[in-house]
Amino acid sequence: MRMSPSFTLRAAVAAFVMLLTVPASLAQQPIKVGIVTLLSGPAAGPFGVPARNAAELTAEMVNAGTVPAPYTQKGFGGTPIELVIIDEAGGPQKQVAEFRNLAPRVDIVIGYISSGDCLAIAPVAEELKKLTILFDCGTPRIFEDASYKYVFRTGPTGTMDNVSVALYLVERNPNVKSIAGINQNYAWGQDSWADFENAMKTLKPGIEVKTSQMPKLFAGQFGAEITTLLGSGAEVIHSSMWGGDLEGLVLQGAPRGLFEKHKVILSAGEPAINRLSTRIPDGTILGARGPFGPFAPDTELARWLKTNYQDRYQVPPNYASFKIAQAILGVKAAYEKAKGAGSAAPDQDKIIAALENLTFEGPGGTVKMSLGKGHQAVMDAAVGTTKVEGGQLKMVDVVRYPAEKVNPPDGVKSEAWIKTGLKK
Amino acid sequence: MKALAAAAVAFALLIALALLAPQWLVFMAMLALAKGVVVLGLVVLMRTGLVSFGQGLYFGIGAYAAALLSHQWHIADAAVMLLAAAAAGGLLAALLGLLLARYRDIFFAMLSLALSMILYGLLVKSAALGSTDGFNLHARTFFGIAFASGMERRVFLIAGSACAVVAALMVHRLLDGHWGRLASAVRDNELRVSYLGASPYRVVYFNYLIAGTLAGLGGALAALAVGHVDPETTYWTTSGEFVFIAILGGTQSIMAPFVAAAIFETLRTIASQYAPNVWQMSLGLAMLAIIMFQPAGLWSLAERWRRSA
Repeated sequence: MRMSPSFTLRAAVAAFVMLLTVPASLAQQPIKVGIVTLLSGPAAGPFGVPARNAAELTAEMVNAGTVPAPYTQKGFGGTPIELVIIDEAGGPQKQVAEFRNLAPRVDIVIGYISSGDCLAIAPVAEELKKLTILFDCGTPRIFEDASYKYVFRTGPTGTMDNVSVALYLVERNPNVKSIAGINQNYAWGQDSWADFENAMKTLKPGIEVKTSQMPKLFAGQFGAEITTLLGSGAEVIHSSMWGGDLEGLVLQGAPRGLFEKHKVILSAGEPAINRLSTRIPDGTILGARGPFGPFAPDTELARWLKTNYQDRYQVPPNYASFKIAQAILGVKAAYEKAKGAGSAAPDQDKIIAALENLTFEGPGGTVKMSLGKGHQAVMDAAVGTTKVEGGQLKMVDVVRYPAEKVNPPDGVKSEAWIKTGLKK
Repeated sequence: MKALAAAAVAFALLIALALLAPQWLVFMAMLALAKGVVVLGLVVLMRTGLVSFGQGLYFGIGAYAAALLSHQWHIADAAVMLLAAAAAGGLLAALLGLLLARYRDIFFAMLSLALSMILYGLLVKSAALGSTDGFNLHARTFFGIAFASGMERRVFLIAGSACAVVAALMVHRLLDGHWGRLASAVRDNELRVSYLGASPYRVVYFNYLIAGTLAGLGGALAALAVGHVDPETTYWTTSGEFVFIAILGGTQSIMAPFVAAAIFETLRTIASQYAPNVWQMSLGLAMLAIIMFQPAGLWSLAERWRRSA
């Protein structure tokens, strides 16, 4: 084909115009947010994938400017955000490698469900000076054993989960005399049980611990443990199980009368509601690791997440979904605070300064970055009891505990705080 | 002589990499090197026809030995950590080798796997060591000299390269001589070796000792690079990864484990970045392709190319 002179001219003009527009499009470069969540493995179903879904939904609606107040501005301060999603599976060693590869490609990293990954990533984020928001992992060790400038956690620690269920239990059964536990034998299960056991010993000195069953993680079969628990004579059974293990415990324990004979506490039971639903026996005490899911306050932000998530994914959002939405909105709040009225994009140090000690609204309610020198969030805790009404699982007798009542003061380690009387 | 020259060139290249490469590449090289050292030990063992599915045991022992030095005894010297880790790996292998050197084939593989899972179980139960969460380690000096800020991992890489090059040369000398032929003979016909007056038990025991020492060293190198240890280092999937790398590279050359480890790390990173939902499957397909089309490992490509040249 021979090109006509006019075509060549037009092409040249078009190329020139494109060159002119390059700087403009550079200024509109999106803010890249790395999202690290479990996309494979046993924790992907209950936590990782609901978190990824909520992250995608939140990012899309933040960019469209359709999130309720105070997040109505499009993107982060007018600049759109773009997610770079990677899988958290593979263990801390692999995650450190992936974090080092991810950090230069993104502006902010939001991620990590496993406490082991969080502990390994925090010093690396500090070394690389990359703003990193941990959104879900529970261990309080991260900001109690070290202090960081570039690392934040916008979700509450695991401490309040077990302190709040202990408070709830003692308020309802003031004469409780004995407890027992069944927890998965790994850091989460061990820490949860230790927190609950110590909190109960503080609240009810002289309480008897009948047995602590620690089956292997992902064992799935708990016949022997259930027998031991049934024979233990304990009034209350505590479990921090999640995922397939929790389903196994409920499905194998309920027919044998475990839930009738004992008061059962599932401190992280909320994500199982969607799958087990009415098969969770009435009267089970349930926690959601914060005011999430069915415990979310009746605010416009909570309704926004619940409705939109339900519409898109046909299931209600669970606490992992709430927590990642909360992390993204927290960064948005800090970014916009740092940007102020000016038009220039704030640098990382300004965003960090804005996020430190920030109080912001999430779909689960007010989040205060008040521990770990302003880097660790606290929130109110909520606990409820299950009841099947009209073929639907409902949470009744829901109690909210103010954040200050279920979290240690800044600078005090959770373990010591629980043992020395849970004082404000 | 040729091996010495190759080692010198490799060492020079690694030092250049350590000094000039961006941090993320330095880290990946370090991890590849650490795994390469472990796989080198595995290759020594494979020469006697034995595959260990439990090198994670020594990898984990090395990592925890290094980490405990800084955590319990506040010794934060990287050189001490590396030496202690290799010694810990070697000592444990000397002990367990007494038992394992009696077994062959699937029995050896399964027993080695079982032993590594015992350590995994112990670590998971020990709340004082952080259970599955593990704990951080910090190395602040190397032979008593404090690091300049931001130089830690570059120094680790140089130190790791020195360890790896020395280890590779020693293994090369060993396998190239009388011992290497004896090891192959044990693999091919153990009975005959006995009738010739040599002890297959001794050959297997000694090779197991080398593999354990190198895996301990590799564990410390990885722990220094990552800055965190956790029981995952002793889990069977970690051990499986080492076997994967050994098969990927092939067992003919001393260079193969390092090249294969580098390819493995690169492959995994690329798969994680560009196929976050199917990265495990990508690795699995790569494994299948190797077994189907290059059963002797990637190194056989290099050999063929050299022969035709």
